[in-house]
Amino acid sequence: MHPLLTRNRLGLYLLGWLPLMATLVLLMASGGHLSWLESAVIVIPLCVVYAFICLSAWYTAKSAPIQREKALRLIGVHSLAAALVSYFWMGLGWVLVAFLSTTSTFQGLDRRFAPQAPILFGAGYLLYLLSVASQYVILSLEASREAEARALETSILARDAELKALKAQINPHFLFNSLNSISALTSIDPARARDMCVLLGDFLRLTLGLGEKTSVRFSEELDLLQKYVAIEKVRFGERLRMQETIQEDSRACLLPPLLLQPLVENAVKHGIASLPEGGEIRLAVERQNGRLAIVVENSWDPEAPPRRSGGRGLKNVQQRLEARYGKEASLRVDTEGELFQISLSLPAESEEKG
Amino acid sequence: MSHSPDKRWKALIVDDEELARHIIREFLESHEEIEVAAECANGMEAVKAVAEHKPNLIFLDVQMPKLTGFDVLELIGTDVPVIFVTAYDQYAMRAFDVHAVDYLLKPIGRERFDAAVERAKGRLGEKMPSAYELSAAARPPQQFLERLVVKDGTKVTLIPMGKLDYAEAQDDYVALASQGRKHLKQQTIAGLEAGLNPDTFVRIHRSYIVNLERVVRIEPYGKDSRLAILADGTRLPVSRAGYARLRALLDERK
Repeated sequence: MHPLLTRNRLGLYLLGWLPLMATLVLLMASGGHLSWLESAVIVIPLCVVYAFICLSAWYTAKSAPIQREKALRLIGVHSLAAALVSYFWMGLGWVLVAFLSTTSTFQGLDRRFAPQAPILFGAGYLLYLLSVASQYVILSLEASREAEARALETSILARDAELKALKAQINPHFLFNSLNSISALTSIDPARARDMCVLLGDFLRLTLGLGEKTSVRFSEELDLLQKYVAIEKVRFGERLRMQETIQEDSRACLLPPLLLQPLVENAVKHGIASLPEGGEIRLAVERQNGRLAIVVENSWDPEAPPRRSGGRGLKNVQQRLEARYGKEASLRVDTEGELFQISLSLPAESEEKG
Repeated sequence: MSHSPDKRWKALIVDDEELARHIIREFLESHEEIEVAAECANGMEAVKAVAEHKPNLIFLDVQMPKLTGFDVLELIGTDVPVIFVTAYDQYAMRAFDVHAVDYLLKPIGRERFDAAVERAKGRLGEKMPSAYELSAAARPPQQFLERLVVKDGTKVTLIPMGKLDYAEAQDDYVALASQGRKHLKQQTIAGLEAGLNPDTFVRIHRSYIVNLERVVRIEPYGKDSRLAILADGTRLPVSRAGYARLRALLDERK
């Protein structure tokens, strides 16, 4: 359905034709062959019909999108269509004139009309092209409005994912278990209990604080990770070992906050906790060729039954990467025997660039 | 079973976190009638310790490596009162549904702990629901078994469902065939069938459940019955009703 074929838009459209109509009446009469009245009697009904014919340009415009077709082809297609349509229109004019000539009022009109007919053809040609051009304007307006709506939707989705990610950050079971550890330490080693309270407090403050930002320096995220691992170390003791290989250059890189924390938390929850003897988590971060490469690796028990929350944290990280970097970032999961590895690659941004 | 009040109770503490075990040990100090027979850092140790110490009270963590608390409960199969200790209230609630045990949520408070111990002591001597019932109740509804745990003496074997070839009823037991070996488990074949994913496992006979992935062909065998030939050459009898179920499943898969 043509977008102009609704009641209030159609009125405006036809109103827009009035000046065109007047101009054409003027042009046809200016040759001296036709009187004002005769010109108006021919032009007005023809213009009303042509206003509707020109709407057909919508379909040709739609089938030949300006972005996809070659310019030459576009011009060719539309010029040909314009010639055909206006030729047909001129034919209609002749039919009208022939009919009018039979009446006594307009006797001999056909003879007087003949020299003016090419003007009609030329006007029809130009009007049709004008219509094509305006159809393209309407189409692109529509496309841009659609793109705007889509962009809005995407950004809402991205924000949603972000929000969900942030909400999921503080795992209540992590808190319950940590509190239980503190409770145990109060009688065994009160000083360590106090240290653990401070660690937990720092961790919570950092998590809440970082969550409000859109970007953090990797060094800040690393600080948070170290606090997290220190807390879990109290719980798991010797079973949890952490090894970091951090390239100095990478510390200043910017990344979405709390992007890595869920990965390390997964490594503890699904990796270390599944092994009676525990294992090692290895974090390697490197900045190279404008990209930041992050690898989180841990030992795990491939035969452990999947936990119900399995994959949610990972999916969340993936969504956030996609929302922020699109195709510029990638996340890869590799499992080989008792090794579970997640590799992230994202553009290395730093504060100088904003 | 009867215990005079002066007789010491033997308790087992099972948790993979040292600090978590410590709290329970500490809280138990004020219960003079209870002695800690052993502490276990994982489910395998727990199964062994139960056989060795015959405890009359077990504090059992749910989330542990290899064997979960529910697996342990299923394996030990005794009437010992169990108190679950967990940070996950959804597990605790489910175990509590069968009124067989109490549960403690981490962080554990002393008052709640004492109440649980009193409750467990009151339960001693009562007939407990079977371990299988308990673990079935503890399993999330609408969810199928992901693996089977089998105990042979004190040796525990885990069979992931994908590695179970078929199961055969043998009186009160089922023989589970996996990778060329058979493991006996005290369970009825109907009980096992209830926990299996019906898209993969099909009861082909009163005494047999087969993993559909292993079946390579069906051969006629006598009047009204057939044989299922498995990838490793094993031949299992297929009853008429069993064949109908098998057909229905195969047609569904097409």
